[in-house]
Amino acid sequence: MSGARRHLRWLIPVAVLPVLALLAYGFRTNPRDIPSPLIGRPAAAFALKTFDGSEVTLEALRGRVVVVNFWASWCYPACYEEAPALERGWQTYKDRGVALIGVNIQDKVEPARRFLDQFRHTFPNAPDPAGRVSVDYGVYGVPETFFIDRAGRVRAKHVGAVTDDILKRHIDALLAEPA
Amino acid sequence: MIGAPEIGFALTASALALAAYGSAAAAVSAAGHGRPALRLSSERAAVGVFVLITCAMLLLVYAFLTFDFSVRYVASNTNRGTPFYYRITALWGALEGSIILWAWMLATYTLIVIGRYRRRQPELYPWVLAVMLGVAAFFLLVMTVPAPPFVRLSPVPPDGRGLNPLLEDSGMITHPVALYLGFTGFTVPFAFAMAALATGRVGDEWITITRRWTIVAWYFLSLGLLIGGWWSYHVLGWGGYWAWDPVENAAFMPWLTGTAFLHSVMIQERRRMLKLWNLTLVILTFGLTLFGTFLTRSGILGSVHAFSQGSVGQFFLAFLALVLLGSFSLIAWRFDRLRAQGDLDSVISRESAFLLNNVLLLAAAFTVFFGTVFPLLSEAARGIKVSVGAPFFNLVNIPVFLGLLFLMGVGPLIAWRRASLDNLKRNFLKPVIAGIVAAAVLRAVGIGNALVLVCMALVVFVTGTILLDFWRAVRARRRTTPGWLRAAGSLLVTQNRRYGGFVVHLGILVVALGVAGSQAWSVQTETTLERGQSVDLAGYTVRFDRLSASEESNHFKVTGRFSVDRDRHPLVVLAPAKKFYPQEQTPIAYVDYRLGLIEDLYLVLGDFARDGSHATVKVQVNRMVSWLWIGGLVLTLGTLLCILPDRRRPA
Repeated sequence: MSGARRHLRWLIPVAVLPVLALLAYGFRTNPRDIPSPLIGRPAAAFALKTFDGSEVTLEALRGRVVVVNFWASWCYPACYEEAPALERGWQTYKDRGVALIGVNIQDKVEPARRFLDQFRHTFPNAPDPAGRVSVDYGVYGVPETFFIDRAGRVRAKHVGAVTDDILKRHIDALLAEPA
Repeated sequence: MIGAPEIGFALTASALALAAYGSAAAAVSAAGHGRPALRLSSERAAVGVFVLITCAMLLLVYAFLTFDFSVRYVASNTNRGTPFYYRITALWGALEGSIILWAWMLATYTLIVIGRYRRRQPELYPWVLAVMLGVAAFFLLVMTVPAPPFVRLSPVPPDGRGLNPLLEDSGMITHPVALYLGFTGFTVPFAFAMAALATGRVGDEWITITRRWTIVAWYFLSLGLLIGGWWSYHVLGWGGYWAWDPVENAAFMPWLTGTAFLHSVMIQERRRMLKLWNLTLVILTFGLTLFGTFLTRSGILGSVHAFSQGSVGQFFLAFLALVLLGSFSLIAWRFDRLRAQGDLDSVISRESAFLLNNVLLLAAAFTVFFGTVFPLLSEAARGIKVSVGAPFFNLVNIPVFLGLLFLMGVGPLIAWRRASLDNLKRNFLKPVIAGIVAAAVLRAVGIGNALVLVCMALVVFVTGTILLDFWRAVRARRRTTPGWLRAAGSLLVTQNRRYGGFVVHLGILVVALGVAGSQAWSVQTETTLERGQSVDLAGYTVRFDRLSASEESNHFKVTGRFSVDRDRHPLVVLAPAKKFYPQEQTPIAYVDYRLGLIEDLYLVLGDFARDGSHATVKVQVNRMVSWLWIGGLVLTLGTLLCILPDRRRPA
């Protein structure tokens, strides 16, 4: 066998490289990453009664940057991970014209109240007993967070637990826009 | 704080260290001959790994049973309403726990290998141990770094999220277990193949040793696929059992290559051909089991099964790369020893029938692979998201599978080397006539679907070849053994490999009938009924009686009651339901059905009015689906026959 042909055998292992490369490419894509059709559209109006018994409507918040967070007490671990960040975000931004509303979906009142007590949430939180708000916003799973600009349009949606950075990035961008 | 999460993590981490050490020690002792102390130490490490993983698994089960929600995995996969037995099966309800189960099975197989081969295979055995412990170390690494089952959840929640409701089903108790037994089972032939390459003993030894292992792994994989089909059929409520979903494909591909391997080893045993091919097949099969796990865990493809998260995918891909590059490099290194000694004498021979069988199985595996990763390819090349569905897979695979059915009849009975006209006539003339007659009869009674006719003709043909051969063999044995039954029995026992294989083939034929019949003849209708109204389908009259609601331990359930008449005689009352789980966005259908040999009546409750005045119901009459499950039983019998200890003394 000639020297060149002897080396050809090493093409056998080399042949698997393209397949591996294709699979590695898969990490750069997300099959579930389908953009929300709501981005850029006016946010659906809602009127809810909070756990404290007060009214909260999107209409009344027009002109402010609004963050709507959908959560549930059974949503481990993501809702538990993001809960402290939400409260910190509220404390940071509440005096700068930002409204944060928690919408509790598909839950029972008792555990939901325990959740709020556990994390000492001070921003308005309201149950969505008929599930109407979550349907309007096309919520697929919890937690999901929507960022609404001063003109009342949905500008961003975050699926999964939010962090301090994520809140800051979206809220600062909307606050920077001229009123 | 020291609790279950910390103890469990310590167990898995020390198992990882032990497996890595054992693998290295076994490899060193194998490379530098005559270090029995090191080998002994690696065996002890394997025992230690088994003990540690067993403890970790029991600890997790205990945490599930006691609702220890400080363990994050427990909180994510149960809540206080989860019934007792599903708290045990929740162990493998998600990624982290299923990897424990996997690692535990692998550790068990490793112990069996040690027990069986430490004395009998002194040359191959240390390498086998090194490979198996190495694979175990990888799974333990996954359990330690990217997907640890033991992570503390703080603060401890009062209740858990609950198991995915689709998994609260008896099929989920057995399907993953069977599938993983199959997946991990292929590690043993792979390890022996690697040992053969490492030592240069690339003859038939490793193939003879692993024959039973391969059969057992293949059987569990088949069983896992069938149980998965059964689960899909009676839980998912779309009336089908196979959807060419990426993850189903992922389990099907190693089945195809594993089936090819089972057949091609026979040629090597008999004719000393295909050494390289067999090694390639076993590497591909093992690689595809990893690929299947990679697909389910990496989230690179959308699928109903995908439970993806974090960096697990990268770990699996890196390991897959290591396995494929490493083992194919070994092949390249030993290339000179892998040349065939025999040659193909004639195209009309058993060798070529088996080769063709291999080509078709590989073609099927390749098209399934291609269709599965095509969305990735399309996105990489054109930036377009596409999905490849059942039409593609059916179009390309049906002809291949029909070809395989034909070869199933030819392969086992055609002569080795070169078949004479006499051999062909003797074995095939009558079955071919029977097949043609069957097709003609079915055509005459009004079956017009050409594919179904071809399938039925082939099934009759193959059954004919098997029965003819068995009949002749029994008749011959009757000369020495009195009584037909005793003659048949002794034939089955003494020639168990041959007839076990035939029984497995019969099982596949039964499955094929089920697939063809259900695809061709099932009918369905969907309609909204007012209370008291009824709908007719294929001789059944389904009347909507009422709706009722009930609060179950972990969900709210709305049940419809439907009386079914057949030809105006009351037949059965079916109660399909919808279950509302607080943690799920959409309600889960609970299918009700009446199974039968020829047809199943299958009811799915759709939307309904809250006052119970009307309800939408999907009525399906699914024909011959039961044959799939019966085929599974026949497969089981055949496999048992195959792995019986050999009664025949080597001549």
